[in-house]
Amino acid sequence: MSGGVDSSVVAGLLHEAGHEVIGVTLQLYDHGVAVGRKGACCAGQDIHDARRVADRLGIAHYVIDAEDRFRQSVIANFADSYAAGETPVPCVRCNQSVKFHDLTVLARDLGAERLATGHYVRRIDGPNGAELHRAIDAERDQSWFLFATTRSQLDGCLFPLGAMPDKRAVRGVAERLGLMVADKPDSQDICFVPSGTYIDTVAKLRPDAVAAGDIVTADGTVVGQHDGIARFTVGQGKRLGQAAMLSGQRQMVVATEPGTRRVVIGPRGAAGTDRVSLREVNWLIDPPTTSLRCRVKLRAREEPHWADVTPTPEGAAVHLDMPALPAPGQACVFYDGDRVLGGGFIQRPDA
Amino acid sequence: MMPHYLDANATEPLRPEAMAAMLDAMATTGNPSSIHRAGRDARRIMEDARESLARGFGGDPADLVFTSGGTEADALAVHALGTNRRIVVGATEHDAIRSAAPNAAILPVDRNGVVDIDRLAAILADGPPALVCVMLANNEAGTIQPIPAIAALCRRFGALLHVDAVQAAGRMPVTLVSDSMAISSHKLGGPAGVGALLLSAEHSHITPLIRGGGQERGRRGGTPPVAIIAGFAAAARIAAADGARDRLGALRDSIERAALAQGAIVCGAGAPRLANTTCIALPNVRADAQVIALDIDGISVSAGSACSSGKVAASHVLQAMGLGTLAGQAIRVSLPWNATTADVEAFADSYARMAGRMRPSGMTNPMADRAA
Repeated sequence: MSGGVDSSVVAGLLHEAGHEVIGVTLQLYDHGVAVGRKGACCAGQDIHDARRVADRLGIAHYVIDAEDRFRQSVIANFADSYAAGETPVPCVRCNQSVKFHDLTVLARDLGAERLATGHYVRRIDGPNGAELHRAIDAERDQSWFLFATTRSQLDGCLFPLGAMPDKRAVRGVAERLGLMVADKPDSQDICFVPSGTYIDTVAKLRPDAVAAGDIVTADGTVVGQHDGIARFTVGQGKRLGQAAMLSGQRQMVVATEPGTRRVVIGPRGAAGTDRVSLREVNWLIDPPTTSLRCRVKLRAREEPHWADVTPTPEGAAVHLDMPALPAPGQACVFYDGDRVLGGGFIQRPDA
Repeated sequence: MMPHYLDANATEPLRPEAMAAMLDAMATTGNPSSIHRAGRDARRIMEDARESLARGFGGDPADLVFTSGGTEADALAVHALGTNRRIVVGATEHDAIRSAAPNAAILPVDRNGVVDIDRLAAILADGPPALVCVMLANNEAGTIQPIPAIAALCRRFGALLHVDAVQAAGRMPVTLVSDSMAISSHKLGGPAGVGALLLSAEHSHITPLIRGGGQERGRRGGTPPVAIIAGFAAAARIAAADGARDRLGALRDSIERAALAQGAIVCGAGAPRLANTTCIALPNVRADAQVIALDIDGISVSAGSACSSGKVAASHVLQAMGLGTLAGQAIRVSLPWNATTADVEAFADSYARMAGRMRPSGMTNPMADRAA
């Protein structure tokens, strides 16, 4: 229970259905430190809200200290990923460690039968066990962020919001249940950067990722300067200064190089690749023995691409029908219609 | 499900005698500072309580200052006695002391939580006059400090001694042998919201933290809460008379036997302890998960010190005792004055189930089993 409307409604619906519901809120970071106010309480308003929702429902509620774990497996990974010339997805890291791994273990330790969350995905029981499907509300669908959930974790999970038509309906349930978070605004993108920018967080942990360097073309010609590779991601056209336009052609980032701290640019539209290699692949089906024809999503919000995915010893090789701009560090998630088949993290081409 | 409250060191259940005394006193209108009959009636209740408490704890009623509780009594002592003195505090002191003296020198404790007397002698022998703050009994491990020896040492070196007796008062004989001593009502079965600072005769005139209207002989401003003061005194009288120590000690031993049978470790068992308190570590199992599992079975215990979020921080007390990672794997069971064998049996059942489920679990060390 994050203290937001989604997980509050999940708790409310399950309680209403007669289940014994135990609310758990993860304290992921020290709120007082995050907002930079000395003496401020370590708990933010969200934790207070989660407790008050639990009070209102009359269910038990606990705050679990996951600060160390979150710092090590999510925030440090976030900074390291930028420093390695990638664009991380901290929400996936959080889901696969603090949330679905640790909370699944906690649920088992406490003798709970299911772990329910407010994610917008559907769990459907198929002939070979639990399947992960996109939410009914395509706008809210979070399946891309949950690709790394293992099959055994999925087996113990419930996602009551996956079947909701839209967010308005969720807020409606909150209203009906008398939950004061019904009108609470949606949370921001990166929860552990409540003020300032993500760059400040990266800079503290990995100063090398925000150190100045050269902007170069594919042949190595220096065409400008930048203020840290962490500020750039593949496909980006902003922050290039004078290098944004070369010989009348708009430019964009095609790679960031951690060792040399170079940002490599190329003409917009011309670049792209149809080969993507993935690491840390998680399969939500029996891993295919040959190549798998499916659609893949290289970013959280984009139309899927047709591709052939072949398992490799390191993970998987993806052959896209049409070239695209995969950003290293992002996820590549495989779909069969609405069903998530698996996914992995996009490798740097030179890795 | 029958609730089993085993968290007395957080707060004791209200003793019926305290409730009766409060109900009586609440029916009395009057401010003890007023000169009329109503004021005299209120004052009589308050002064009866003051005399009763002072008698019970070996102080002079004239030098017993009512406060809002143990925390304020500790803060008042540090403020009043610590001015122009360097402050030395035990490593396992409560936050009431630690935050009142943030720059204090820390007096280490041994593995059982007992302060290092030789180290204290060395600290006091060298340097300007000091105020030493050592608690009589620890809130987490129950460790009882050798206060008479510490008091003698302080006298020898011209140091002042403040004793936080909040957890000890009502649970063992407690007598003022220091320059000041803090006690609290709700830790001995009275209502929360009142405590007292007992002062020795040499320190009866102190500078207040709250000046206000000069109440408490100018040592603590604000209208005293007469009814809860009456409840405080009634609870203290009953606590001193009820002789529950042997009974609670036997129940505590049963709790420890049940935990030891599951592979637990009792922290600080090698020193004299409060009869009602035990601190039990289950190696490789997070303390917060233990507290939650027991709570789901209706058993209330605690771990470390909960901040306002409810997040449990690893215990500074157990860390100071050198318990390392066990500090984050220990729960505190503290029996209230009305604990029963049924409470102990329920604990033993639930603890065994919990230990059986959790011992082999991955929650113990998440990083050792990092999800790919």
